[in-house]
Amino acid sequence: MTTTTRTIDTDVAIVGGGIMGASAALALRRKGVAVVLLERDLCGSRSSGVNYGGVRRQGRPVSQLPLAQRAHQVWADLPALIGTDGEYQRSGHFKIGRSEADMASLEAYATLSRDFDLGIQLISGTTLRERCPWLGGRAVGGSLCPDDGQANPRLVSPAFALAAKRAGAQILERTPMTSVEHDGQLFTVRSGTTVAVRAPVLINCAGAWAGALAAQFGEAVPIHSGHPAMAVTEPLPFFMHWSLGVEGGGIYCRQVERGNLVLGGGAGVALDADRARSERSAIATLAVQAVELLPALKNAHFIRTWSGTEGYLPDRQPVLGKSHTTPGLIHGFGFAGAGFQIGPGVGEVLAELARDGRSTTPIDAFAIERFLPTTVADVASTAAAH
Amino acid sequence: MTAPTLQPVIVGAGPAGIRAAQTLAAHGVRPTVIDEAARGGGQIYRRPPAHFARSPQTLYGTEASRATALHSTLDGLAAHIDYQPDSLVWNAQGGQLDVLHSPTQTTRAVPYGQLIVASGATDRVLPVPGWTLPGVYTLGGAQVALKFQGCTIGRNVVLMGTGPLLYLVAYQYAKAGATVAAVLDTARFADQLAALPGMLTQPAVLAKGMYYVGWLRAHGVAVHTGVRPVRVEGETRVNAVVWTDGAAEHTVPCDAVGFGYALRSETQLADLLGCRFAWAPMHRAHLPERDGAGRTSVAGVYLAGDGAGIMGADAAEWAGERAALALLADHGVKVDTARAAELERKPTKLMTFRQGLEHAFPFPTNWADHAPDALVVCRCENITAGELRACARDAGADEMNRLKALTRVGMGRCQGRMCGVAAAEILAQATGKPIDQVGRLRGQAPIKPIPIHLQAQAEASA
Repeated sequence: MTTTTRTIDTDVAIVGGGIMGASAALALRRKGVAVVLLERDLCGSRSSGVNYGGVRRQGRPVSQLPLAQRAHQVWADLPALIGTDGEYQRSGHFKIGRSEADMASLEAYATLSRDFDLGIQLISGTTLRERCPWLGGRAVGGSLCPDDGQANPRLVSPAFALAAKRAGAQILERTPMTSVEHDGQLFTVRSGTTVAVRAPVLINCAGAWAGALAAQFGEAVPIHSGHPAMAVTEPLPFFMHWSLGVEGGGIYCRQVERGNLVLGGGAGVALDADRARSERSAIATLAVQAVELLPALKNAHFIRTWSGTEGYLPDRQPVLGKSHTTPGLIHGFGFAGAGFQIGPGVGEVLAELARDGRSTTPIDAFAIERFLPTTVADVASTAAAH
Repeated sequence: MTAPTLQPVIVGAGPAGIRAAQTLAAHGVRPTVIDEAARGGGQIYRRPPAHFARSPQTLYGTEASRATALHSTLDGLAAHIDYQPDSLVWNAQGGQLDVLHSPTQTTRAVPYGQLIVASGATDRVLPVPGWTLPGVYTLGGAQVALKFQGCTIGRNVVLMGTGPLLYLVAYQYAKAGATVAAVLDTARFADQLAALPGMLTQPAVLAKGMYYVGWLRAHGVAVHTGVRPVRVEGETRVNAVVWTDGAAEHTVPCDAVGFGYALRSETQLADLLGCRFAWAPMHRAHLPERDGAGRTSVAGVYLAGDGAGIMGADAAEWAGERAALALLADHGVKVDTARAAELERKPTKLMTFRQGLEHAFPFPTNWADHAPDALVVCRCENITAGELRACARDAGADEMNRLKALTRVGMGRCQGRMCGVAAAEILAQATGKPIDQVGRLRGQAPIKPIPIHLQAQAEASA
């Protein structure tokens, strides 16, 4: 029996067809760079497609705000870019305070993020009750970012891949990477005996599964998988534009135009390395918190629950930037359940790194070196300097 | 003599579940039996509320003795089982079932050591334009109205689709005093003739079926075979059905419609339990795998009855008993192996007849070809056949979960239990893929919607 492996030579190979990899592929094509993307399943079918759908800058670490602002511009042109609005709405994101201490934290964040023009408004007292009569009694106030919002991840993330394909990227779905080698010049990414992709640049956007690829190139990082518990109600009469969060975390909630409320909070359970589900106690906790937050949900039903598999690093910041050991290797993973909004910005940054070797958006805080033993990082940077 | 390690739970108190419970009890093992209905019997032998006075003969016709036997078996087991009616299993996780008790609006986790899933079936629905009008029911729904509440879905009723239930419901409705305006069978009379040799292996069952058809014709009920429903008409509710015989369209005035294309297995619980599925050509469905005794791919989980493939009530009774014997034997309890072997032989004898049914009432494999783009396939989310086709064409969706993610089909209250079959047929048609290659919707908890406040109560009291 003979098997013919299809060999594809290209400029950039991308592993992972989530919103990071797909938006990077699209950004590269818009720069005229040849790109091949390998996705083991279907693009945008994992965390990028099953997340909460928050498109939120508010509450991010300040170090992420330049990236978030860049992404914010991309979101503004979504239909022109990917051919669908993906139900994206700048409906406002409201972060609720349930104590004076919470309000102080929200105020501190507004001050801290002042340079980024988020337009944050602090709301409390009678104004709060007037603007959101549907809010439960425990809320004492909150912080509104009017231009943050929400979108449908099931539509947006696959649409980036489809747009990249239309722009000339080769998108290879159901094509898992089974091996990768680097000969000093070219990477060869193989999927069994089916296909071999050769490229001088390799972008690692493998999400929760990116650690193995990084480790193969001497950059093991302490990534672990997390599984946010999610649930959705049946459609209810529309009453809430804002996407809601709570200071200190716990629950988040939005109502889609159709009327369903999408809720998240707590942790699901992993079925295996690839699959996860919501968990009974997380669903129960979510229900208690949901009714407390929004008494109108008291008589609603949950019609579906789910979870996903997301990559987390200990500081809950992503790894985004060039490899410290291997020229041509670029990482973009570990977005800690908060990658959806910045995804399109990350794609542009990855494209810049791939083509120009540098990004116009500051990303130093996300360098992989922060997890490498000092000696390895030093040796690598010394070698790079020579 | 109860083996200390045994902690069996049976889900479903229909023919399979009741026989499984009886068998375990007979071996000194006390099972928990969880059933969604208020009174055991399953869908086929569904019992009316306790104060209703219609006789078993009126309710179950020729099946009265079977129904009565099964009901009295369950009643007689009261002291030997932990029977939990009105209880919906909505999730399975970590060796426990999540069970919603309707009357008290509470949910709790029920641990199990072994599990027999006898989750039964629902109607297999292939939509027709107008099917979302008030007054349109499934055949099973029409029958439940009669059996459970003693009422009909209308005074002047069209019954359509195909399958043995079509004629049974028509007969029952006519007997109950409703006018059956027409029986519209998509199967051709020639199909039924061709299926006769196989059906003759169960002459008694065949005779019953022929009796219903004969009775209907003798009582002036219009029975049309080889037809295709075109649309249900009406403004605020159904007032007519339009059908075609291939040459011309005909209109039958009516005030209610019952329709369906045989049954489909309820497999979500098996899916949540992690059972491996495989395509079953005769059932035209992905079904959880089981051996002849009912063992699944998951140790300690057994399947019995129509929930693992539509084989009917008699086979369900055998399968329930067989699964219970397997459960016992697998855990070191001595069982009658000759009886076990006999129970495995019985369904294989039934198989020729069962396949004959597929010939007599074939699934209309060209249904999707006639489904117009405007047809609502998913009534919860209002998704049309045209939207599904556009998704396949424009976004390249070639698999059910992808289709669901991109179009919302199967994302509503029914979670695809009603629309999943039709959506798969449309997807297969749109992609040109064989029906077995478009996948199946992944099961997700809750199996049926659960009230949020009920969750909250359970949490507060924990």
